[in-house]
Amino acid sequence: MKFRLTTGAIASVIVFIVAGIAWILWDQAALAIHKFGWQFWQTSVWDPVSGEFGARPFIWGTLYSAVLAILISTPIAIGIAVFLSDWCPARLRAPLVFVTELLAAIPSIVYGLWGIFVLVPAVREFQVSLPDWIRAMPLFSGPPVGVSMLSAALVLAIMIIPYTSSIAREVLKSVPPTQREAAYALGATRWEATRVALHYARTGIFGAVMLGFGRALGETMAVTMVIGNNPQVKWSLFAPQYTMAAVIANEFSEAADELHLDALVEIGLVLFAITLIVNVASRMLLWQMNRERKPKTRATAPAEEAA
Amino acid sequence: MTFRDWRRRALSALMIGLSVAAVLAALIPVALILFFVVAKGIGALNWAFFTNMPAPVGEVGGGMANAILGSLTMVGLGALLAVPLGIVSGIYLSEFHGTRFASLVRFSADTLNGVPSIVIGVFVYAIFVLPVKHFSALAGGAALGVMMLPVITRTTEELLRLVPMALREGAYALGATRSKAMYTVVLPAALPGILTGVILALARTAGETAPLLFTSLNNQFWSTSLNKPMASLTVQVYTYATSPSEDWHRQAWAGALVLVMIVLVCSLAARFATRRLERMHTGH
Repeated sequence: MKFRLTTGAIASVIVFIVAGIAWILWDQAALAIHKFGWQFWQTSVWDPVSGEFGARPFIWGTLYSAVLAILISTPIAIGIAVFLSDWCPARLRAPLVFVTELLAAIPSIVYGLWGIFVLVPAVREFQVSLPDWIRAMPLFSGPPVGVSMLSAALVLAIMIIPYTSSIAREVLKSVPPTQREAAYALGATRWEATRVALHYARTGIFGAVMLGFGRALGETMAVTMVIGNNPQVKWSLFAPQYTMAAVIANEFSEAADELHLDALVEIGLVLFAITLIVNVASRMLLWQMNRERKPKTRATAPAEEAA
Repeated sequence: MTFRDWRRRALSALMIGLSVAAVLAALIPVALILFFVVAKGIGALNWAFFTNMPAPVGEVGGGMANAILGSLTMVGLGALLAVPLGIVSGIYLSEFHGTRFASLVRFSADTLNGVPSIVIGVFVYAIFVLPVKHFSALAGGAALGVMMLPVITRTTEELLRLVPMALREGAYALGATRSKAMYTVVLPAALPGILTGVILALARTAGETAPLLFTSLNNQFWSTSLNKPMASLTVQVYTYATSPSEDWHRQAWAGALVLVMIVLVCSLAARFATRRLERMHTGH
């Protein structure tokens, strides 16, 4: 009993930290929340010098960049997961897993550095090379500066591929073999058998995508270095924009007056809340997937006996 | 073969081809990033980089000795905090994994793992920096510790649960209490794996920038005081990368190369260590 109490007391530190983050951010942001109310998220002018704080461009930039990132990364991540779980020659599997997971281990700051000096110039050249009629479209308009929503979305997509693909691979691995075997028995091709597995695992795969989305929302350094840090709400992929994490990184240590600091903490609080919701939703989907599996395998058991 | 069969086979081949393309699409960025980091970093990486202080603005040369020391110090501080807490929390989770409180702890650890690192920076700022009104290495170390804690906890839990039940039962049969069995039999059996996990967690945290930006800030001078701002490799790379100086850009690439090498060497070492462990467990 003593063992349980002492280890349990130490384990409770983690619970206190999470509760503490929520409470302290709420407490610190009180001044800004009280002063601005909902107005804070509805206005777009961010001018700390004159005391005007409108955070709409930041929440827009965070959501837009993360959505673009999962649009790019999801097909690639699922493709990798399927290849590694179903089709990969056994010899290649371990090295490929290692290399894709290396993507998750490379520090964010290295992505940012690579982004500034390699990706941003490449995006600029790509934009210049586009024909005029494309550049007249709202989605591609704006001067060619390179630092842009597109650069941020590309870096984010590369960064979240390993998270989504490794969870999706585990989910696919956990599909009962009877599912694929049944498909093969009916004369399915390799893709058709995999499609059965993908359909079976769809809840879990959706959870894996959500997990990547959560990572993309909170990513800071790499995005700060390539997105251009310009608070504006625009659809254009080539427009420099701003995210919640980036504005905290840029302005927090230089925030002179208390209101500015509190406004930044409020942005942090909302970022925390959004990532929390996305992560919890993702875990519930993955958990749901695990729970669903049990009755279904049981249902197939008699058939196995009969065979 | 009917046309329909032919079409189904073609579709299957196409989908396999697409999945190979997806793998390539992920391999290309890895190759590009590693190539540029090595190509641009190797030229600026010399002995002076590790032993010299940063050069004043406008002067060529200098190194990141203080930043390297700073990173080591703060990762060490974080580890001092997170390793004991994380391992004991992992022990709790594995020993009492069915209980409601264990679920709460596990949920908190996974949540904390998903909290953006910049938010952890804000949290630590409010606790460690705001009351004393100055940035400090202590705050930076605490921020890194909070980042490591959930990873170490969950790794420890998973590795402890891999230890065969028979080992525990053997200890119980000899009259060991639950804690005695844990600390003398189960934990030592899992320890090599746990240490591998800890080293990986430390290597990853050494690459964190966002939680240090406004906790330890940065420092152009040699400082070993835990109560003062402290330089770190990552913040220094950030400062140099966003500066206009060409020479500083070269140094930033060299710093990035050092960071990537740390992560790469630790990951490779961990991979070989786990392989050997697996072989030991399966008895080959």
